[in-house]
Amino acid sequence: MRALWTVFRKEVLENLRDRRTVLSALVLGPLGAPLLFALMMNLSIERGREHDDRPLQLAVAGRANAPNLVAFLTDHRVHVEAVPGDAAGAAEAVRSHRVRLALVIPDGYGERLRTGEPSRVLLYTDTSDTSVGADRARAEALVGAYSAQVASWRLAARGLSPSLMQPIVVDQIDVSTPMGRATTLLGMLSYFIVFATLMGGLYVAIDTTAGERERGSLEPLLSLPITRRSLVGGKILATAAYMALSLGLTIATFALSLPLVHLDAYGMALNLGPRVACTIYALMLPFVLLGASLLTLVASFTRSYREAQSWLAGLVLIPTLPIMFAAIYQVEPRLGLMWVPSLSQHLLIQSLLRAEPIGTTAVALSAGCTLALGALLARIAIALYARERILG
Amino acid sequence: MIELDSLTKRFGTIEAVRGISLIAPDGCVTGLLGANGAGKSTTLRLLYGVQRPDSGRALVDGIDVASQPRLALARLGVLPHNAGLYPHLTARENIRYYGQLQGMSGVALERRIDALADMLELGALLERRTKGFSQGERIKVALARALVHEPQNLVLDEPTNGLDVLATRNLRALILRLRDAGHCIMFTSHVMQEVAALCDEIAIISGGRVVARGTPAALARGVPSGTLEDAFVAALTEGASP
Repeated sequence: MRALWTVFRKEVLENLRDRRTVLSALVLGPLGAPLLFALMMNLSIERGREHDDRPLQLAVAGRANAPNLVAFLTDHRVHVEAVPGDAAGAAEAVRSHRVRLALVIPDGYGERLRTGEPSRVLLYTDTSDTSVGADRARAEALVGAYSAQVASWRLAARGLSPSLMQPIVVDQIDVSTPMGRATTLLGMLSYFIVFATLMGGLYVAIDTTAGERERGSLEPLLSLPITRRSLVGGKILATAAYMALSLGLTIATFALSLPLVHLDAYGMALNLGPRVACTIYALMLPFVLLGASLLTLVASFTRSYREAQSWLAGLVLIPTLPIMFAAIYQVEPRLGLMWVPSLSQHLLIQSLLRAEPIGTTAVALSAGCTLALGALLARIAIALYARERILG
Repeated sequence: MIELDSLTKRFGTIEAVRGISLIAPDGCVTGLLGANGAGKSTTLRLLYGVQRPDSGRALVDGIDVASQPRLALARLGVLPHNAGLYPHLTARENIRYYGQLQGMSGVALERRIDALADMLELGALLERRTKGFSQGERIKVALARALVHEPQNLVLDEPTNGLDVLATRNLRALILRLRDAGHCIMFTSHVMQEVAALCDEIAIISGGRVVARGTPAALARGVPSGTLEDAFVAALTEGASP
């Protein structure tokens, strides 16, 4: 046990003097991740606003056929530009990406409208261009609204109430809390926390294993009367210490910087006060031990510092994958998912940020499974150091 | 005292060590002389426990390294081939780390480090980070590290590799001083002059076997020319032929 602490203290001290370790553990992760995150948030909020405020660009062919419709569109912030020619010309303009949306009003439009027959207009669009979806929906809705207006005038002219046409009305009632709305955006928060945590231990794990071997200091170390358990345990704990530090700094930076992003202006609120920040830290601690064991184990397999670097750079992405999927598919917290490390922490953090209660069973299951896997990996690492091939 | 008893070790199809038996008594410098790849380093690795023999035993002061590694290794100071230091730690911190891992602490440990620094003439180097140390300076620190717990037995693998003339002389003087203080010293070299100048007892190793052993004088007497070099060459050629 004493040897374990000796190893731990020495690795912490030595890495504290290594600029690369300090930079990645204490500066890059804790500052870089929140910065990147704030940038992403602002970008996505700005884009959301842009969509509503921006005038809709709509190419219209045959606008002379429907002056009232065009006037209605112009009143509703549609920037109408004329396209010369007919349907074929509009189709070609969309296909060649000269315009994104083209509305074609055929010659018979006015005549059919007057006689009360359905009047057809054509909206040309390229559905393989996903960025045009919101604009298309807006154009359709506007034409639909105009159609409804015309219909209600017709009914009114015949002395009938326009509400006859609406036997059923759907009223959407949004029950999401401002905190709940925020988490759709903040689903990525735990992704950044996990990533920064792993980055914090990356160079320590490499230095204490592949670095030790490359320097030639492993062989004399292994000839000392200490157990492999103390040796590897001390190394894993040193990596974990840097990860824990990195984690704490990252959460603190998030807690301090996110209030500066004006979420409330968009009807969102974030439940990230000091209490929640501390709870997130505690929830993540088992993951820190798992991550440290994982990094140490994989780095021990490699032959050189460089090789370890390239392996671990890919490895740190693995624990973030479940989070990515969960964020994209909006996976809801379930007890059945709590045995998956990193995913369980992500789901628990999401619940905390939404100010939803988290169950003791879920927390225990998450911590237990994460720690168990961490212990297993640590045992494998210790066994690896007991093999003589560790010297390479 | 170090005893090697019919050690064997094979890596895949290569038999690196084929039944080496040797006794290195206290107060005596025992040299393992052999060409590169003769099995010297492997023999030492079997002794200090980083590799396990396929058969045979290695004993340090009568304690079996395989069955009681921690007890045996505590009585052994080891300087492996090309031993590395921690560049971000000072020489003192490097030595202290090993002292602590050997169970030492506090004032006693610091006094011991000071004494070693005096003995190895580390001077101002002691408080400097070892990054950028010369090969000679690094060997000194690595040696201090190996000696910090005052081991009765010292194992050195090619210690003079990369040392200049002066540093080599100093190291020799130190080894002889430790021998006179009653320590058991075993070291390997492929440089014959060095072995001749230092060793009380020589074992010539070739093909994983001890092909000749004795005092330098006795070995030299075994060949017509009466030189150790010819004895070495003769032993190697005999060892090579089945």
